[in-house]
Amino acid sequence: MEFSELIKTATVESVLLSCAGQPAVKGTLCITSHHLLLSSCPGGEGQPSAVELWLLIRNVDAVEKRLAGSSGTITLRCKDLKVLQLEIPGMEECLNIASSIEALSSVDSVMMMYPFFHRPQSLRLEEGWPRLPVEQHFQQIATQTTQWRLSDVNQDFAVCPTYPPAVIVPAAVSEETLRRAARFRQGGRFPVLSYYHTRNGTVMLRSGQPLTGPNRKRCPEDEMLLGSVLDEGERGFIIDTRSAQTAKQARMTGGGTEPKSSYPQWKRLHRPLERGRPLQESFIKLVEACNDASLGMDRWLGRLESCRWLSHVKAALSTACLAAQCLDREESCVLVHGAEGTDTTLLVTALAQVILDPGCRTLKGFQELLEREWIQAGHPFHLRCARSAYSHARLKQEAPLFLLFLDCVWQLSRQFPFSLEFSEGLLLTLFDNAYASDYGTFLCNNEKERCLCKVKESTHSLWAWLDQPEERKKYLNPLYSPNLLVIWPSVEPQSIQLWQGLFFRWIRSSQYLDEAWAEIWRLVEGSNTAVKESTENRLSHSLSDPAARMENER
Amino acid sequence: MEHITTPKVENVKLLDRYTNRKAASGTLYLTATHLIYVDASAEVRKETWILHHHIATVEKLPLTTAGCPLLIHCKNFHVAHFVIGQERDCHEVYTSLLKLSQPVKPEELYAFSYNPKMSKDNREIGWKLIDLKVDYQRMGIPNDYWEITDLNKDYEVCNTYPPEIVVPRAASKATVIGSSRFRSRGRIPVLSYLYKENNAAICRCSQPLSGFSARCLEDEQMLQAIREANPGSPFMYVVDTRPKLNAMANRAAGKGYENEDNYDNIRFKFIGIENIHVMRNSLQKLLEVCETKSPSMSDFLTGLENSGWLRHIKAVMDASVFLAKAVKDEKASVLVHCSDGWDRTAQVCSLASLLLDPFYRTFKGFMVLIEKEWIAMGHKFSHRCGHLDGDPKEVSPVFTQFIECVWQLMQQFPCTFEFNEHFLLEIHDHVYSCQFGNFLGTCHKEREDLKIFEKTHSLWPFLLQKKQELRNPLYRGFTAYKELQPNTLPFSFQFWCGMYNRFDKGMHPKQCVLDHLLNCMNQKIKLEDNASELENKLPFLDGPLPSEASLSKVGCAASKTSMLNTPQDYEGKPPPVLTNGISVGDANVTSDVDQKNKENLANHRDLHLNDSVDVLNSEAKDGKPQHH
Repeated sequence: MEFSELIKTATVESVLLSCAGQPAVKGTLCITSHHLLLSSCPGGEGQPSAVELWLLIRNVDAVEKRLAGSSGTITLRCKDLKVLQLEIPGMEECLNIASSIEALSSVDSVMMMYPFFHRPQSLRLEEGWPRLPVEQHFQQIATQTTQWRLSDVNQDFAVCPTYPPAVIVPAAVSEETLRRAARFRQGGRFPVLSYYHTRNGTVMLRSGQPLTGPNRKRCPEDEMLLGSVLDEGERGFIIDTRSAQTAKQARMTGGGTEPKSSYPQWKRLHRPLERGRPLQESFIKLVEACNDASLGMDRWLGRLESCRWLSHVKAALSTACLAAQCLDREESCVLVHGAEGTDTTLLVTALAQVILDPGCRTLKGFQELLEREWIQAGHPFHLRCARSAYSHARLKQEAPLFLLFLDCVWQLSRQFPFSLEFSEGLLLTLFDNAYASDYGTFLCNNEKERCLCKVKESTHSLWAWLDQPEERKKYLNPLYSPNLLVIWPSVEPQSIQLWQGLFFRWIRSSQYLDEAWAEIWRLVEGSNTAVKESTENRLSHSLSDPAARMENER
Repeated sequence: MEHITTPKVENVKLLDRYTNRKAASGTLYLTATHLIYVDASAEVRKETWILHHHIATVEKLPLTTAGCPLLIHCKNFHVAHFVIGQERDCHEVYTSLLKLSQPVKPEELYAFSYNPKMSKDNREIGWKLIDLKVDYQRMGIPNDYWEITDLNKDYEVCNTYPPEIVVPRAASKATVIGSSRFRSRGRIPVLSYLYKENNAAICRCSQPLSGFSARCLEDEQMLQAIREANPGSPFMYVVDTRPKLNAMANRAAGKGYENEDNYDNIRFKFIGIENIHVMRNSLQKLLEVCETKSPSMSDFLTGLENSGWLRHIKAVMDASVFLAKAVKDEKASVLVHCSDGWDRTAQVCSLASLLLDPFYRTFKGFMVLIEKEWIAMGHKFSHRCGHLDGDPKEVSPVFTQFIECVWQLMQQFPCTFEFNEHFLLEIHDHVYSCQFGNFLGTCHKEREDLKIFEKTHSLWPFLLQKKQELRNPLYRGFTAYKELQPNTLPFSFQFWCGMYNRFDKGMHPKQCVLDHLLNCMNQKIKLEDNASELENKLPFLDGPLPSEASLSKVGCAASKTSMLNTPQDYEGKPPPVLTNGISVGDANVTSDVDQKNKENLANHRDLHLNDSVDVLNSEAKDGKPQHH
């Protein structure tokens, strides 16, 4: 396929661009393989043109066109929730532009996507790709315990196509046992270590659901694997992210849950979390309500309630807290799974780690957590983030689990404003990049696919970009002060807020909040360095002065 | 004291609404002014002080195995759930509190016995801290169009207005008197705020006694005079802040609203803010939602919606924004009224002034605003706050709504207010506490009759003394922002957890940005002080100034400090007495708010983490100091 075949009209003059909160500008619109550009000539002919728009076409979620007379208006609704309008003179041009954007934005082949073409000058290709994240994680754990080992049973992705080549498993369990246990778990996702709680040596595991099926099948290897995690008489918790009812019904389709009789040491807790289509619809409804400026207070609150997004936030935080409590308070091991073990499971295990582990709350630690618990762990980003809240396309497998995770982390940052090293800005950037990116980090559904597409060899890592000093500073929290404690959030409805910075990013003006943020920076930096320095300077100045020194000695 | 039969009860439990942890156990004391609970089970002595005047309701719940529950709801939204071992003790405490919380005679109010050991002179200076004449001067009044008149010095024009009022110069005495006969309770149109830039004014009054067809020439002249005091605009707005239906219903009682045909060049407009009864019920519903134990997200949001509370807050804000826009953008004067012009009118006039004028966003300015639009103009604090045993239908959270609107503005404009949320909460506390004279009675005349100015203290000097902790560290100074244009789309209004769930610490952010920034700021000021002190020593040591550079440094440091303190300079110094005025030794004298702060600190110290994820009963011992 050639991109040029999809571009019916490459440039149009005198296009009027408008978006909420900004003055409209007129200029020349260009479509390239991956971008939509609009450049204006503010200084008139002969003056250098100013680029007013530089939009990754992959970011376009929905294209709406309206024709009136000889011109037409295209509304572009983006995956990052921004809405743009283009007024295009000429009906044919308008239709051509619209269909070109539609075609280019729905190219489904991963290797045709922009990250494979993006070549920023400041970065080298192999930079920033985490080298063996699971292995590194294991190195840290190995300094504290010998109970766990690194297994390469999945080296060629044969045992579990959605796991990375290396996984951390109980030291006492053989590769053969793992292989057999994998056959008993959906998608081959046998229980592996997700998190080692240093304070008391308990662990959090995750997996897919057991394939007990209607005949209550058992698997001695799976039972042995889980049994080997607990000492005699010890109790563990299985947190199933489905309701007891749903888990039971899953037996009819070959899935199920761990029966008490076969796993006597494990106590099952059901904490239903929404995923799949209902979660995507919740997201869509919320964004609709946020964009509806005609709502009065009552209808706004009514729609905020009926979209249920905040209920999902509360449920996710509560379940993550439950997992964290099991580990930290009950001093028990935990296994988390839902059905596939790639969605709500990861939401809970990742969030629990942010709550428990101060290491995950640094910029670097958070990146590592995302790499480990979302990317390597096989959250199908390509499927889940194919479309955002505006798309008219028939929903396939889209669901904003990653966004829900980011929202929960934002709630934590609001309740513990000093405990995260990164700011809201990082969470927004991650949301944007998960849905449409210049970088390869969130491409594909799992490690196997990424290997096939040679993502690491042919695209840049988002982390490399973020780690550049000038970028990094944008994402730091000026109030950060390392907090070694567990950060238990309140999950009372009064404590949970709608994330305005995301859902109203393009709707409300952020001028006054940005100024407040700058003021915080100024205050904190001022009190930390500037004043101290200047005082010291002046002090040393007066001390170097003999008379002053005398004064001082007196 | 005659109401207190049992001054001390032991073995009283205090239940925590939101956690399942073991209830505190301790001793309950009744003093003349406070209920004090001392928690004996805590490692650090923890005291809970409840001012009798703050008690809204006391309920005795059915006996349980643990004892006799006593549920106290406070006007500052504190809810205390005690369990008293003996039924007889509980009953005695209950009957005492009923009497103590609803004094019958004004002399029983705390302000008349509150004695902070301050000299008579200083007490009097305290009352003079806020001088409304200075504020009118600031607006340029008197000028060619407006004058301060003492027509009301014997309260003959209007007994709920202050002796001095601002009216158009063009309005003769006959016009004023005539107009007062045509306005409900004689509350004639007077100036509330003059926007100096374009001479547009905000004026306020009560509804006209127009009935279905009555007219009054003097009232029509009065409005004309107001309109003509703003020569830049050919018309003026008359805004009735009631829902149209309510206003129409009033016509049957001989009241009503202005007929556009009878007044020259007015544009009449209704802005529907509901009446005090609707607001009272709305708050009641809101508080029920806030008190629900472990509600789901849907329960909460549905309850919030059904309470209508945020809808009412938005209505008040919308009206205020309309006023501010009319004045600033349309350059038109506005006359505002509701029924009597002391509830909704006070809300929107004061908020519009706050939007238009940065002075009202400073400490001093905010005090002036409350004194001017609320206290002087006769908002019936005593009735609305239920200071005395009286008609419960007169109670309404009108002032609370104003305070909340200011808080909502603070959320949208974090750098524009000199003070922080605690300042609002302190004022709100003291509106109900009756500890200071400012909010007693219903109008200026009544306060004179009560001898407030001779017998009680003013709140404002006490607040200024606590300025360091009440200031907003993000404030960018008096000149950084002028008019504010808030977003009034529904999402811009948030539930104010810090007010309505203020005493449920578990719900609040576990680390406090405000405290941290205040610390940063204090530290900075201290360092700068040290630095300039050192600098100041240099000239003495060296004779001639050492270098231009260090001089400019001093200048820089000094100007920086003065920039931070601009509002302070603007205000002038608080009365000197206050630095040693309040004694700390006497427990009865210490403000209850101080006590509460102490309690908050204690709460903070033994923060018990996650309140509602209570699936596992675990000892919440570690993770204590979440803050640092």
